[in-house]
Amino acid sequence: MAKIIVITSGKGGVGKTTTAASISMGLAQRGHRTVVIDFDVGLRNLDLIMGCERRVVYDFVHVINGEANLSQALIRDKRCDALYVLPASQTRDKEALTKEGVGKVLETLSQTYDYIVCDSPAGIEHGANMAMYYADDAIVVTNPEVSSVRDSDRMLGILASKSRRAENNEEPIREYLLLTRYVPERVQRGEMLSVEDVQEILSLELLGVIPESQAVLNASNSGIPVILDAESDAGQAYRDVVARYLGEDVPHRFLDTRKKGFLSRLLGS
Amino acid sequence: MDLLKYFRDSQPPKGSARVAKERLRILVERDRSGRNQNQPSYLPDLEREILAVIQKYVDVDPTDVIVHYEQEESQEILELNIILPEGASETGQVGGVP
Repeated sequence: MAKIIVITSGKGGVGKTTTAASISMGLAQRGHRTVVIDFDVGLRNLDLIMGCERRVVYDFVHVINGEANLSQALIRDKRCDALYVLPASQTRDKEALTKEGVGKVLETLSQTYDYIVCDSPAGIEHGANMAMYYADDAIVVTNPEVSSVRDSDRMLGILASKSRRAENNEEPIREYLLLTRYVPERVQRGEMLSVEDVQEILSLELLGVIPESQAVLNASNSGIPVILDAESDAGQAYRDVVARYLGEDVPHRFLDTRKKGFLSRLLGS
Repeated sequence: MDLLKYFRDSQPPKGSARVAKERLRILVERDRSGRNQNQPSYLPDLEREILAVIQKYVDVDPTDVIVHYEQEESQEILELNIILPEGASETGQVGGVP
């Protein structure tokens, strides 16, 4: 049985797709058979971030409607054999994702894969509900900014009440906080909510902190999940996140400002 | 200038993050109590009336009155949290009216 992970947030633009791409790549690189699914019907973007947009023939909705089978729609990643992408439909109506249809696809995938990563659309509408409904674990992507934190909290309420696990009175979804676009310098100046602040408000287990990084834009420009940029801070932070998710005890990095010497501070460099 | 900045940096931070945290704390608490379906149905009315009474005396913002209901095993807790504005002034002639 596969473990189903939803990457969610409520608010848009906080880094869900970047995170889904990197975490699925990270899991696959460690040898786990992984499939990442784009639930954003109508506004698909995961294929672009994964760099497989020109290989999309069939999509998630085709499979649900029986117009294609899974093996036709799944795109094998060229960089990692253990990773497959199931793209969203660009044209269809959001309602095309039915609870039964999604459930069937996930059940079939469950038999072959170790991890199913669901990239949720923004908002708290149908697509987001479908992405989280069958989840075992949820990674709540949050920026250190008021509207993002509030939306994350609303999403936590939905995870706790509207998921399959909640409806069946099963053990609740395991929820993790992933703080992205973090700028330690601004936190130190008191201009940005700190990790501790956000954690205190949301009371969630911290899976990791991804620093604001030029590498993220570079990666999306070229269609390469940023985790593959092993030199970059964001890439390394995502590697840590994957290790931590798999139960390894990895200390948090990139939380502090780079230490400046007395002289360089004095000279303002 | 940078010399000045060096000394300024060593002072405790006072930025907007502190305000953000406080606003969020209140908001999230409010959102959460709204989600709590076990709360009694009179709570919204209670909140509105309490607010009306308080506004007669002090100029408070509607969002600064929080009624929080919690049910534990053996007890129910009704918590009322009112944030008075800094330098709260009396709005009406209440109190010292001859």
